[in-house]
Amino acid sequence: MSANVNTSLPLEYQTEQSRLNILGFWIFLGAEIVLFATLFAVYGVLGERYANGPTPNDIFKLKDVMIETLLLLTSSFTCGLAVFEMRRHRLKGLLTWLIVTLLLGLGFLFMEINEFIHYVHEGATMQTSAFLSSFFILLGTHGAHVTFGIFWAVMIIIQLIQRGLTPVTARKTFIISLYWHFLDVVWIFIFTFVYLKGMVG
Amino acid sequence: MEHKANSKYPISHIIGFLLSLLLTFAAVFVALKTQLSFTIVMWIIGSLAVLQAGLQLFMFMHVTEGEDGKANIINMAYAAFMAIVIVAGSIWVLTSGHAAH
Repeated sequence: MSANVNTSLPLEYQTEQSRLNILGFWIFLGAEIVLFATLFAVYGVLGERYANGPTPNDIFKLKDVMIETLLLLTSSFTCGLAVFEMRRHRLKGLLTWLIVTLLLGLGFLFMEINEFIHYVHEGATMQTSAFLSSFFILLGTHGAHVTFGIFWAVMIIIQLIQRGLTPVTARKTFIISLYWHFLDVVWIFIFTFVYLKGMVG
Repeated sequence: MEHKANSKYPISHIIGFLLSLLLTFAAVFVALKTQLSFTIVMWIIGSLAVLQAGLQLFMFMHVTEGEDGKANIINMAYAAFMAIVIVAGSIWVLTSGHAAH
């Protein structure tokens, strides 16, 4: 931790250790892209096999999908603002935007869980058809990532309150911000290739 | 990495956010309010999605910053390449074969 401290850089890049952690996290995100690609591939292959069950047009509701999309997109923006505040060394601004980000993330999860419950009540469960199996696997994996991200961010917020802004807490905050933006990137593709595609036809 | 640590307003974030909103609503419009064929719609909204993902990477995640910026770009480009091979390759192999039998 002690070697190569460069105070001319933003806090999260100041130590060699932090720079390696951040590089390592980018490599992890590369692996996450491939993980989600396999799930998109499954959906691409099976997404039109309805087994006489409901089709995307029967169950998708544009309004709910738009609310989810805007919540997650805005949370990605506020997460960016949190890092912007961190680079101005403003702990208060950082914490405020992080908490706003988390609330938006919770709103997204609330909408998504409601959506799934609604589908199940309409008889659209994981067991209904290959379309719905692959749909719930893809969306569920993304939702599980968002859930994990919320717990992770709560831990980071606690550390920031206890320890303040240090090179270590700044690096941890920067890494969760990369993770959170990544979840929005995945959602863009879910929005396009699952929801919009399903509603075009 | 002379990041605008001193700039007062997060200009690039605001531009990125507004462009993301624009791309999202443009995709909805093209998909649901036009009479274009399914294939053309998918190509357009697919391109809009890739653009928006790029916006997130460059304007929010600052993929190019730091001494490992180049490595990050290569890593993301390779991941994108793998994703395209996996998705397009799987769909191609698993759907086009039916016609031959």
